[in-house]
Amino acid sequence: MPRFVISIILAVQDFYLLTGRALRNIGRQPHYTDDIILQMDSIGVGSLLIVVLTGFFSGAVMTLQLARALARWGQQGQVGTAVSLTLVRELGPALTALMVAGRNSSGMASELGSMKVTEQIDAMRALGTDPIQKLVTPRLIATCVVLPLLTIIADFVGMFGGYIVAVFLVDLNGRRYWSTVWQALGWDDFVQGLLKPLVFAFVVALVGCYYGLRATGGTQGVGKATTQAVVAASVLIFVLTFFLTRIFTSQLVTSS
Amino acid sequence: MAATSPKSILRFDHVTVSFDGVPALVDLSFEVCEADARIILGAAASGKTVLLKTAMGLVRPDSGSVYLFGQDITRLREQQLFDIRSKIGMLFQEGALFDSLTIEENVAYPLVNQKAIQCAAGDVEGRVKEALHFVELDQTLAQFPSELSGGMRRRAAIARAVVSAPPLLLYDSPTAGLDPITAHTIIALIIKERDIANTTTLMVTHRYQDGNLVANFRYNPDNGQLIPARENGHQPQRRTKFLVLRDGKLVFEGTQAELVASRDPYISKFTKQGGG
Repeated sequence: MPRFVISIILAVQDFYLLTGRALRNIGRQPHYTDDIILQMDSIGVGSLLIVVLTGFFSGAVMTLQLARALARWGQQGQVGTAVSLTLVRELGPALTALMVAGRNSSGMASELGSMKVTEQIDAMRALGTDPIQKLVTPRLIATCVVLPLLTIIADFVGMFGGYIVAVFLVDLNGRRYWSTVWQALGWDDFVQGLLKPLVFAFVVALVGCYYGLRATGGTQGVGKATTQAVVAASVLIFVLTFFLTRIFTSQLVTSS
Repeated sequence: MAATSPKSILRFDHVTVSFDGVPALVDLSFEVCEADARIILGAAASGKTVLLKTAMGLVRPDSGSVYLFGQDITRLREQQLFDIRSKIGMLFQEGALFDSLTIEENVAYPLVNQKAIQCAAGDVEGRVKEALHFVELDQTLAQFPSELSGGMRRRAAIARAVVSAPPLLLYDSPTAGLDPITAHTIIALIIKERDIANTTTLMVTHRYQDGNLVANFRYNPDNGQLIPARENGHQPQRRTKFLVLRDGKLVFEGTQAELVASRDPYISKFTKQGGG
């Protein structure tokens, strides 16, 4: 078997082992609650501004484009429907996860990578602490809690961005915009819109930690791990978006 | 009456370690008994650090067995290794202090996190201060590692290694990258710890003069200075042996006299470097 195929198989195996150990540690003593709160602050509060900006402008630009496109069929009033469905189902979870991946997967990879190349991870093991339990599990729990919350904020701010554009630039009725926004959404959209960020949280946290923990070769290795983490997390988010959407749409087709 | 044989602290039995098919240690066998000292010499990438990490169970051998305090640790799980690691203090090459913790928190780390040590919460501060006093860093409690010089960081790392009073201490290139005066201070601390606490010591280095100091000097508690171990008819009590690694293989094991007498060009490179 070619060497690169073996290395890919081994990498996937290592990633699954890391995932398994991180999940197993959730129910195991000791629980590093302080670290979880610290990470929730770093990932959640720290990412709030970029998530709000991304959400606002994606909603705004979507409204601009869709209002123009829908005007061809005289359906400009339905712009709220299109904006809310796209944001809640797809763009909100994906864009938020991408922003958090860019900010936090890289941060985790560089932080853990620096610890790895300066032997702090080994020191931790030598001093009676499981690095997965101390470093990976708190980051995973924190990301799983804050990413769905950030997605809800991004969705809402995106809709608000759409509202501002709809009222002030496209000259639509604001009340009608909000009523189409709410009417368009069903429970399955909320489930989809919250399940996706939960899956993406695993990607953001575990990919960042995985690349950090396998960093080698000094500062250059840390830089490489950081880049690889962001690229891998971003690509995985897009790939998983497709498959998750496929699962949800096929279920809708089956149930209808 | 037959003299009792010294207790085995660490034993490597035909240990081989490799990374991605590249051998780091090859069929390595040696034994360290209680209160012994071993100086491990070797060029860069000869397997010195891997040897220490294997001794602690941080690296698993591909074949062979490692016995720590008489127990085969080769096949123990990570959680099972924590207890046995609490009996070992290790100074990593660059200190490996945790950047995000203060010096006080760093030194307290083994006491707080190693269950087997069972240090009462009220005793932690006192023991941390005592360990920092030992390395003469009393004023650094609230500082972060990044605020200290290289030598001070190394001393703080020694404090962390000795705070739990482990019977076995592993030092990975303790003087690497330090100026000669600071290097001498670090070696003096290693000798002081060895002589006061009667610990078994493994020291990896590429500097022969470090090994020479450890082998031939002892700590004088009266004036806090190092004095020749043979001074005033005092004979060295410790069995100090030198090990030389080359490409992961043990090419020499013996006393300092045997090391100096060796005609092997690789081995004699070490003895000639320091004029020891």
